[in-house]
Amino acid sequence: MAHAAAVQEDVMLPPPSRAPGAGVYSEKLGMWIFLGSEVMFFTALIGTYVILRFAHPDAWAGHPKPHTPLNIPVTAVNTFLLICSSVTMVKAFAAAQDGIQRQLRLWLLATVLIGATFVGVQVYEYTHLIEHGFVPSQGLFGSTFYTMTGFHGFHVTMGVLCMIYVTMKAFRGKYTQADHRGVEVIGLYWHFVDLVWIILFTIVYLI
Amino acid sequence: MATTATGTSPFTYDHGHAHVDDRSFIRKYIFSTDHKIIGIQFLIMSLTFLLLGGTLAMVMRWQLGFPGKPLPGGTLLPDTYTSGGVVLPEFYNSAVTMHGTFMVFFAIMPLLVGVFGNYLIPLKIGAPDMAFPRINMASFWTAVPAGFLMLAGFFVEGGSAAAGWTSYAPLSARSDLTGVHLGQIFWCVSLIVLGLSSIMGSFNYITTVINLRAPGMNWFRLPLSIWSLFVTACLVLLAIPVLSGAAILLLFDQTIGTKFFEPTAGGQPLLWQHLFWFFGHPEVYILILPAMGMASDIIANGARKPIFGYTSMVLAIIAIGFLGWGVWGHHMFQSGMNPTLGTTFMISTLLIAVPSAIKTFNWLGTIWKGQITFHVPMLHALAFVSMFVIGGLSGVFMAASPFDIYIHDTYFIVAHLHYVLFGGSLFAIFAAVTYWYPKMFGRMMNPTIGKVHFWLTLVFYNCTFFPMHQLGLHGHMRRIYDPTQYAFLKDLQPVNTFISISAFCLFATQFLFAANFIMSWFRGEKAPNNPWLDNGLEWTLPSPPPHGNFATVPTVYRGPYEYSSPHSDEDYIPQNVPTPGGGYGSPHPQHAGD
Repeated sequence: MAHAAAVQEDVMLPPPSRAPGAGVYSEKLGMWIFLGSEVMFFTALIGTYVILRFAHPDAWAGHPKPHTPLNIPVTAVNTFLLICSSVTMVKAFAAAQDGIQRQLRLWLLATVLIGATFVGVQVYEYTHLIEHGFVPSQGLFGSTFYTMTGFHGFHVTMGVLCMIYVTMKAFRGKYTQADHRGVEVIGLYWHFVDLVWIILFTIVYLI
Repeated sequence: MATTATGTSPFTYDHGHAHVDDRSFIRKYIFSTDHKIIGIQFLIMSLTFLLLGGTLAMVMRWQLGFPGKPLPGGTLLPDTYTSGGVVLPEFYNSAVTMHGTFMVFFAIMPLLVGVFGNYLIPLKIGAPDMAFPRINMASFWTAVPAGFLMLAGFFVEGGSAAAGWTSYAPLSARSDLTGVHLGQIFWCVSLIVLGLSSIMGSFNYITTVINLRAPGMNWFRLPLSIWSLFVTACLVLLAIPVLSGAAILLLFDQTIGTKFFEPTAGGQPLLWQHLFWFFGHPEVYILILPAMGMASDIIANGARKPIFGYTSMVLAIIAIGFLGWGVWGHHMFQSGMNPTLGTTFMISTLLIAVPSAIKTFNWLGTIWKGQITFHVPMLHALAFVSMFVIGGLSGVFMAASPFDIYIHDTYFIVAHLHYVLFGGSLFAIFAAVTYWYPKMFGRMMNPTIGKVHFWLTLVFYNCTFFPMHQLGLHGHMRRIYDPTQYAFLKDLQPVNTFISISAFCLFATQFLFAANFIMSWFRGEKAPNNPWLDNGLEWTLPSPPPHGNFATVPTVYRGPYEYSSPHSDEDYIPQNVPTPGGGYGSPHPQHAGD
């Protein structure tokens, strides 16, 4: 986070009627803490994947090359899209900090669209894989693949829904230069989900 | 008192205002965002599940004490449960599973975390409400459907979940092994939904404690109840998602044919145990830490002395919170885990005895030479300490992996876990409910009934659970439908019968508590603001406190355990009253850190 952000945050702090807290407003602190819980959730799924794959490398025979059922190039493009949506999110937050309403709305809208596209591509990928007989009951590879990417997709979907809500609020001009907590909080979640995808893409698709 | 319920709040940042309460009935009592109402809602929900769980335990005790004899009222149950009134093995398995599930997830955990986390945190730190009141409401209204779903298992084909509260795979994953399909699915979904509720609750508590403390309420002036609820919330936050993850994997194995725990397809049954106990052992401390914290508050109050070793108490809570993450393997000594790993888990488990012992000696130090008031909460708190010591010491036995070989999966384990969960947590819950009841409902509970209930509970509880150690050492396995089928257990049958009769008396005694609880709600003597002469901020408010809690934000001058202080004519000084002789703070060594 830029230094300018740290200065900006002061206006979003509670009045000094409280004992010193974390130095950030509650919504932001709460989101950070909630993300701690999300880390543990994905750790359970990723840990399961690592353990099963080490115990039964034969279930992943031919993956990632030369015989993987997964379409890596399409997902690589999708990954690029999701990273782009983190950039648009950062731009939206910067616009909120500068109080430029038009830019805030556009960048938020872009984030929503890219996020929705990501989910769409994932749905396309799933249908394609299932048509070719790669299903969740397809041994350990199928089990772990669908569970991990599926729960990530679920998180992106939830993020898009919340982002739509934030965007609608932005279009009604609810976020000012002094108080734009919603934008920052949804941004934290969005970057987290993006980060999880980078890890999942690496371990599920690339290695 | 320094604060009253009238006047407008200077407090503009938060949701609470102590103005005239014009909310509708539904907003006030049903879909309420007031942490006090949510706490009371959790109290009613979890006491109901406590009763249900207890009833299932009675079914089990009937079958174990009098195997093959018709259960009283058993003929009223459907044919899939009983045959000629006799409990069927399938129903017995279901009762074992649901007793554990209800008690751990829907009774003790919400009683400690849901009820007192909600009720006490904002009041004791001087906040108007939780940091996120609406998420708090959502937390309760997510827990309710989870409870109904768990209950629904009894009404579907195949009955409720029957693979034990630990739901070991592949027993839980394959319906051809238990004969239960829908019930197991309900078990998983219910716990996933309840997990959402717990996570919403816990990040709310953590944020509230960090950000909403009143001026002067430094970390080292927090009551130990708040410290323990804070550390507990951290454990809930980080442990529950692992259970949710594991339950999701199990659910997929049951429904869409994934192979996580299916050994024939390369799945790992041991993986379930690792995931479950990685959650399950922090869970054990989730179930005891708040009990320790609240008992500390009550013991200092009853002994009319400052708590002995406040800082070491706090550090011990934190140490238990950390060590609790590295001990889950001691549930799996006999599961085929690498024995070298077992030794590591043995050592880490034994280490936990150190902070636990620090706490125990500090409680003894607090009582030492105190002018003890034996009010009902104090009696329960003292029982908590003594029973926790017994349960804690048998825990040290079991932590030793060579000894565990002999007592693994026997009644010794059942005895141990009930000494910490009933003798520990539940006595502390009785202490806490009777202590904060006047604040919650504005009326006193009847102390005479309270004392009768306490003594009968203490006696019958020990008659029920102490002989289980003996059963376990004789090799009596747990989760067994009919012990008399084995010749070596036949001689122990009189002990089983004795335990069962004690358990029935213990169960019957709880109706005294229920009657006292309900009667006092309507007919109890009106409670003063501070019936126990306690220093906590909540006792400066009316009973029950108004919506929004504090009319003016209280300023805190000292820790909560200033009893019999030479600086005051009274034997207590509320935390928000300046020191009578002027000056700031107290000679009591509590750091003004922050």
